[in-house]
Parts: sequence; structure tokens; C-alpha cells
Amino acid sequence: MTTIVPIGPFHPLLEEPELFRLHVDGETVVDIEVEIGWNHRGIEKICETKTFDQVPFVVERICGICSACHPTAYVQAVEDLADIEVPERALYIRSVITELERLHSHLLWLGLAGHFLGYNTVFMWAWKYREPVLDICEELTGNRNNYAMLKVGGVRRDLDESLFPSVLERMDDLDKHLNMLVGAVTDDPVLHARLKGVGILTPEAARAYGALGPTVRASGIPIDVRRDHPYAAYDLVDWDVISVDSCDVYGRAVVRLLECLESVKIIRRCLDQMRPGEIDSGVKEIPPGEGIGHAEAPRGETFHYVRSDGTNRPIRHKARAPTYMNLPTCRATTVGESITDATIILASVDPCYSCTERMGVYDASTGQKALDGKQLIKLSQEKTRQLREEMGE
Amino acid sequence: MGLKLKALTKSPWVFHVSAGSCNNCDIEILDCLCPRFDIERFGALLVGSVRHADALLVTGAMNRKSAMRVKKLYDQAPKPCLVLAIGTCACDQGIFRGSYALTTPLDELLPGAVTAYVPGCPPKPEAIISGLVKALQTLQDK
Repeated sequence: MTTIVPIGPFHPLLEEPELFRLHVDGETVVDIEVEIGWNHRGIEKICETKTFDQVPFVVERICGICSACHPTAYVQAVEDLADIEVPERALYIRSVITELERLHSHLLWLGLAGHFLGYNTVFMWAWKYREPVLDICEELTGNRNNYAMLKVGGVRRDLDESLFPSVLERMDDLDKHLNMLVGAVTDDPVLHARLKGVGILTPEAARAYGALGPTVRASGIPIDVRRDHPYAAYDLVDWDVISVDSCDVYGRAVVRLLECLESVKIIRRCLDQMRPGEIDSGVKEIPPGEGIGHAEAPRGETFHYVRSDGTNRPIRHKARAPTYMNLPTCRATTVGESITDATIILASVDPCYSCTERMGVYDASTGQKALDGKQLIKLSQEKTRQLREEMGE
Repeated sequence: MGLKLKALTKSPWVFHVSAGSCNNCDIEILDCLCPRFDIERFGALLVGSVRHADALLVTGAMNRKSAMRVKKLYDQAPKPCLVLAIGTCACDQGIFRGSYALTTPLDELLPGAVTAYVPGCPPKPEAIISGLVKALQTLQDK
């Protein structure tokens, strides 16, 4: 006999509202359902009402912790659309900001993972070392999160070179602390017992679900947009893609920790190689057309699509965040495990629900879906045809 | 001020409600609990059930799915219950105003219940702590 254990939507364990229904038989999870939508804000529609220059402010609020990656992907989509060349200094600045974000995001995850395991020391330590990164963000950009640095054709403000020595000094400190954390996690017998062999995601399953980011790199598939489709300054500096093949939660933790060390390396080299120069190419007009952009967010690949009809607003803007692909892997990883391990397995993909939210339309009188998948595809194809006719393509 | 209120001002237990936010404010609230800001100095503790809560920290722009849950949670909380609107979204829906997915702002959803507004996108942990302390002062006047 199975029992349903609900987790959420307003659960103390979760910082965001979402609902998991764990179907359990005794202690074993036999099925899992995820219900999302508690954070849906209709961002794609809001973007269509803003100008190209205003959209970065909206998309950086898709998700608070990916607030540099979403605008990076968006501005790259518009640059792809309008064929815009970005000055080199702006590319370096983009890399620095996105890497600072990766640092504080991975440290945040490590802390929360420790909290889920009842290891509050890890929680407090990781968040303590996260603070200097946020301080650097505040000094360089003016805000702890939501940096408002990205702009079509460049960046919105320059980095103050007089701050670099103190930033580099704090990076050295952070390097020390990170190495200490890596040692603490990899040497701890309790963490080994809790994490090793738990939540196995085989490479085949990872491919089948289309998983992204550290989730798939821990399954031995070394894909990373930063290396595979270089953007910003990632092809101008030396760094390595981290990948392990243990396929379990422990692997995902190790990948994230080692990625932090890589991020420190990238930031150091970017600050080193950066030369004074232009930071903005002064874009005046966006021609009709369509463009795509992707960026490697801390959780995986973020994808943005923009279509323009030659006016000052996008007529279609589509965003896909990595959690949308990573979350469904919980079917492969949690089923068959015990309920005590379910929380850490669910947390191991570093889920970010505010990125993932989608909506469906239901008929209130019948309770049935108003539009199903086939109808939506048909509607979408009709709209493209109509647009093509209007634009004379 | 009665004994109960006096006790409340010494240890306000908080419950965190995220209702259509971008999770930035939620992270900053968690940050308040961590070593650098350490909101436990003021006796504040994050609790698991709204029935134990003295203050609700509400973040987000109130979307259709979560707004009625926020009202239900407020009804379940023991009174007096402080309500803090954390972040610009909770104060006036911020950048998301006008979206099809949103309903009424927090102060129209819970008329007269909001004790303190903490604007900012996201508000700094210092601002959240200052908001909580000011909200507690309103109780001391009663």
C-alpha cells in the first residue's frame, strides 16, 4: 500500500514554494510528482511590453541567483539577431560578473545541502565564506544581487581598477577557505555514508532527460556551454571543465566545489588580462529577425530566444532555465531510494523554481486543460506563418 | 503592555512565506540567519509551522496560485501577528506589476495587516533586520 507524503508548498525546508508528492511504500519512494507554478510571474509576456534596453532588468529578476546569466543569454540573443560586435573589455567584465555569481551560488548550494543533511556547521561556514563574494559584487556593481551590468552591445558600467588589488587579495583568502571546504567534504566519513551511491543518475538517463550543468557533469558527461560555445571571455582565458563519473549526489557536490576553484581562477585571469578600453558599442537600432543566446548558469545552460519585427520591443522572448531540464530527473534518481534520502537527492540538482515556472490554462467548469500540446503547437505554427507573411519572408 | 506581548518582543519567531518572488529576497532572509548578520541576536528564529509564528516575512508579487495560500496562512497564524512585506515586489509588485499572473498586492490582500514595508530589490539583510526591529517597536507602543 502506498502513502502520499506531501512536501510543501510552504515548507520550512524549501526557500521557494513548490509541492512534491512522494508516494512511499513503507520507507521506499515508489513514485514522485512535482507541482510548480507558485512563483509564476509571466515574465516572457512582460518582456514583450518592454524595450530591448529595459528587458535585461526584467530577465535578471527571473531568478535572483542567476541574475547575471539570464541577461547574458538575453543580450547575446539580441547581439546574434543584430550582428553586434562587443568590445573586449566588456567581454571580460561579463565573465567576471558571471563567475562571481557562480561562486556565491555554489557556496549557497553547499550550505543548503549541509542544512538538508542536518549538518548545520557546513551551512554556517559555507554562507560565511559566501559573504566576501557578495561584498565584492557590491563594490564592483553596486548591489549584492541583481547587478544590472548587462546591456545589449556591452556592459552598463565599467569596473573600478583601483578595487582590483583588494578583490584579488580576497580571492586568495577565498581560495584557502574553499580548499579547506573541499578537504572537509571529501574527508568526512558521515558525508561519504550519506552521499555516496545515493541518487544515481546514469549517463544514459542523464542524456535521456537532457540534464544540464553540474548534474550531468557529475554523471561523467563533460558538457559546458562556456567551452562548447564560448561566449564572453571564456575562450580568452585558461580553465578546465570539471567532470566526475560517480553519478551520485557526492559527485554533484564535488563538481560544484571544484568549479568554485575554477571560478576563482577565471576571475583572477580576467582581472589580470583586462586592458582599458571601450565597454559599449553604442547600439542604435535592432533590425527585424531572430536570435538565440546561451550562457552557462551555475545550474546549467540558460537559453534565450528573441524575435524582433524592427520596432523597439521584442515581439517574442523565450527563456529556458536549466532547472526545467534537471528537475524531471528526480523520477530517475529518487524512485527506489529511502524517504530520508529523498530531500538531499531533490536538492542535489540545485533546483531553482522561479526559473522553471510555466503555466497551463484550465477550463474552470470542466476541470479539463483548455489547450493541449497539439493545439498549442498548431497555434504556434500558425503564428509563425502569419508573421512570415507580414514580414514578407 | 501585557506579559504575552512583552515575551513576543523578546523572541519574535518568524515564518517565511514566498509568494511569487524571484527568490532573491528569500536568500537574503536566509542570509539574516547566518553568522554575519545573525538575526537570532533579537530572539528571532525561523519556525516550521505558521501556528508557531509571531511574524510573517512575505516576499514576492502575489501570483494567482499563491495569493490565496498567503491569506490562509495569515488566518492560521496566532494574533497579534506582525506582517513584513520584504522587497519591492511584496510592497507594490515592483517590475512585475501588470502581469497576467498576478492578483492584488499584499496590503490589499491583507488589509491593515502589514506592519512594515522593507523595499529594495533585494533589500539588504541590514534593511530586513531594521524592518523587523521597527515592527517590534510598534508592539511596544500598544
